[in-house]
Amino acid sequence: MAYEEMSGAKILIQALVDQGVKDVFGYPGGAILPVYDELHQQNQIRHILVRQEGGAVHAAEGYARSTGKVGVVIVTSGPGATNAVTGITDALMDSVPLVIFCGQVPTHLIGNDAFQECDTTGITRPCTKHNYLVKSTADLARTIHEAFYVARSGRPGPVLIDLPKDVQLAMGAYIPPQDIVHKTYQPKTRGDRALIEQAVALMAQAERPILYCGGGVVNSGPKASELLTKLVDVTGFPVTLTLMGLGAVPASHPQFLGMLGMHGTYEANLAMHGCDVMVCIGARFDDRVTGRLNAFAPNAKKIHIDIDPSSINKNVLVDIGIVGDVADVLEQMLNVWTSSGVKPDRKALAAWWRQIDHWRTRNSLAYRQTGDIIKPQHAIRRLYELTKHRDDVFITTEVGQHQMWAAQHFGFEKPNRWMTSGGLGTMGYGLPAAMGVQLAQPGALVVDIAGEASIMMNIQEMSTIAQYRLPVKVFILNNQYMGMVRQWQELLHGSRYSQTYMESLPDFVKLAEAFGAVGLRAEKADQLDDVIKEMIAVDKPVIADIMVDKAENCFPMIPSGAAHNDMLLGPEDKAEKPISEEGMVLV
Amino acid sequence: MPESAREERHTIGVLVDNEPGVLARVIGLFSGRGYNIESLTVAETDPQGKLSRITIVTSGTPMVIEQIKNQLGRLVPVRKVSDLTIEGPHVEREMALVKVHGAGEKRVEALRIADIFRARVVDSTNESFVFEIIGKTTKLSAFIGLMQPLGLVDVARTGVVAIARGPAAF
Ligand SMILES: Cc1cc2nc3c(=O)[nH]c(=O)nc-3n(C[C@H](O)[C@H](O)[C@H](O)COP(=O)(O)OP(=O)(O)OC[C@H]3O[C@@H](n4cnc5c(N)ncnc54)[C@H](O)[C@@H]3O)c2cc1C
Ligand SMILES: Cc1ncc(C[n+]2csc(CCOP(=O)(O)OP(=O)(O)O)c2C)c(N)n1
Ligand SMILES: [Mg+2]
Repeated sequence: MAYEEMSGAKILIQALVDQGVKDVFGYPGGAILPVYDELHQQNQIRHILVRQEGGAVHAAEGYARSTGKVGVVIVTSGPGATNAVTGITDALMDSVPLVIFCGQVPTHLIGNDAFQECDTTGITRPCTKHNYLVKSTADLARTIHEAFYVARSGRPGPVLIDLPKDVQLAMGAYIPPQDIVHKTYQPKTRGDRALIEQAVALMAQAERPILYCGGGVVNSGPKASELLTKLVDVTGFPVTLTLMGLGAVPASHPQFLGMLGMHGTYEANLAMHGCDVMVCIGARFDDRVTGRLNAFAPNAKKIHIDIDPSSINKNVLVDIGIVGDVADVLEQMLNVWTSSGVKPDRKALAAWWRQIDHWRTRNSLAYRQTGDIIKPQHAIRRLYELTKHRDDVFITTEVGQHQMWAAQHFGFEKPNRWMTSGGLGTMGYGLPAAMGVQLAQPGALVVDIAGEASIMMNIQEMSTIAQYRLPVKVFILNNQYMGMVRQWQELLHGSRYSQTYMESLPDFVKLAEAFGAVGLRAEKADQLDDVIKEMIAVDKPVIADIMVDKAENCFPMIPSGAAHNDMLLGPEDKAEKPISEEGMVLV
Repeated sequence: MPESAREERHTIGVLVDNEPGVLARVIGLFSGRGYNIESLTVAETDPQGKLSRITIVTSGTPMVIEQIKNQLGRLVPVRKVSDLTIEGPHVEREMALVKVHGAGEKRVEALRIADIFRARVVDSTNESFVFEIIGKTTKLSAFIGLMQPLGLVDVARTGVVAIARGPAAF
């Protein structure tokens, strides 16, 4: 069959259409003009014009994470590409599928320090899952289809295509996606049957089991979450989720112990510490989760299910490592579990649950809302209580204490409802991400739970939000401090608050108005509900400035270098437990 | 020292698509993640299939060696990773070009030692030799050590290439 000849720019558009792309986020410039010209002459792809390329990448992340689709970004060469680097790194760390197109100077000028030239593939090699420099239009269609395949297969991640301007202008054949097979990259999705049988046998004998599950369950798609919930039900095991996994099991499930890790619940962390069998499903033993490694779950046999072989035995040696997709492996596991008629040790499990219920009575997320001053935890709780009857609530966050309080106090019943920057911890993620979510989910309630410092990092995207009439809600827990950093200064640096107090913050109400949004403020506890209700009721973007207790810190906390059973449960705890020297150097 | 903390030396063969940037990806992986490279060699080995073979000699604890192999396996253009050190017997070879400057008794001695090591003379002037020597890394190092007092001025080494013994393909 003869393939149709068209310009590189047109090939790009055609490939996007054939990949099922509806929306792209971008910002034009000289080196990508031919693509923008083609965008102008079609109506199958909607282009969202952001205000800074960094915003485009986070928006695409929010879009991708809330839908399971690949997010798409188009930027120009040089500064366009370098502005995108933070978002690309963020997507790599959190396994978000993206395809990023960058303009580049024409091939004959590459390497000459031409205007707005930078070594984009060189700069992004370590922060992409893969990248390409396309030097001939003949290779373009294949490269784009391959990029989408690589971005979404296996462990998802960002893939970048660098596009010299002459390649965009020259003519070449358009090859449709069905004619492309990737030669080498074929990740394994089914688990090894023998290993799964061993895992089930180990789980069946467990007296103090725990399921520790993470972002890989969400990555695997909604079916994985259903299967996980089924596994929780048939085994009767307790389950805890990482920050990235929230929603993979309904927060209201009676066997859910809450989030684990540095700011996880007392019961989740003590159950991790005391378990005899741990089943890690789509999580990566991050240092924020394990605490001190040589004290991590010291008596546990460990099973790890992960699609990326390099995640297995990276930080923690496991007894059974199963490479495969969460949904596939859980399906296999459930089959083995039911067909082999496993009878878990109900008596031992009952004793384990009594222990866990005892830990639960510590009520480690408790706070006291008294008087006028709004406790930040209370603000999140009220937001949750006032929205939990709805089925269409999507939460993004910035980075800091507010992010942790959101994780602790907002309940997620479904996956893909919670978008946060976990691995890189990028302040400025939440607002553009919310914008991307809202575009993918018109009509839904999308709230960016923000800190007053973080929100300033990508505040320019309010203008994009206004342009596309996106009713995104920005819910700022305004403590006037970079609270999370101040908390560490309190703990580790003698409360010397070096550069963590922000003077001259803007008036967020007026700022909202300047962007054509609605500004609201709550200064006292009795104003909170009204502000939240109004924020939800207005069909416009809103910035709600919630003035919260400046001194509040986020607990529980496992200080760096400490073990799971060494948590600080409140401010009074810290005096007794000095931080170790090894802990001081950790982040 | 516990088993898990002991550093081991491994020779790893990697088959890759010979496309631009592939070597940079491999090297960037090693530098970015702090792995050691003792030697690295690369050349195209299958021009039709556009495949290159990289041989890396590295060292690390067993957990790190496993990570290195898995991280290499994750790179999109990597087709196969094989740990020759643990996957049965294999042959390792390295080549060096060794330049020695000297006259009289030292010159004769250099030639005599080269003969024992089966090094070949590939260039000579009245006052210098360039020897070509092929063998295991340890043999090359021993030879170079002996040349030191005899007027060693320059060494170029290829790094290790390795292949499994027996009939099986990579
Ligand atoms: C201020 C701050 C505080 C934090 N505190 C905490 C905390 O208290 N607790 C906490 O949990 N985190 C915390 N984090 C987040 C933390 O840094 C990590 O991002 C997070 O713990 C990683 O989550 P995860 O293990 O689920 O892995 P992810 O980063 O979500 O990785 C997913 C894993 O699943 C695998 N995978 C992907 N797709 C599939 C698939 N289809 N099938 C099978 N496997 C798959 C991947 O290979 C990977 O190993 C904090 C972050 C910040 C910024
Ligand atoms: C881009 C970036 N720079 C710096 C940091 C380090 N950092 C982590 S949390 C934080 C403070 C966040 O303050 P705010 O947004 O007000 O949130 P709060 O902790 O007060 O809730 C900082 C500076 C970061 N995570 N990201
Ligand atoms: Mg703050």
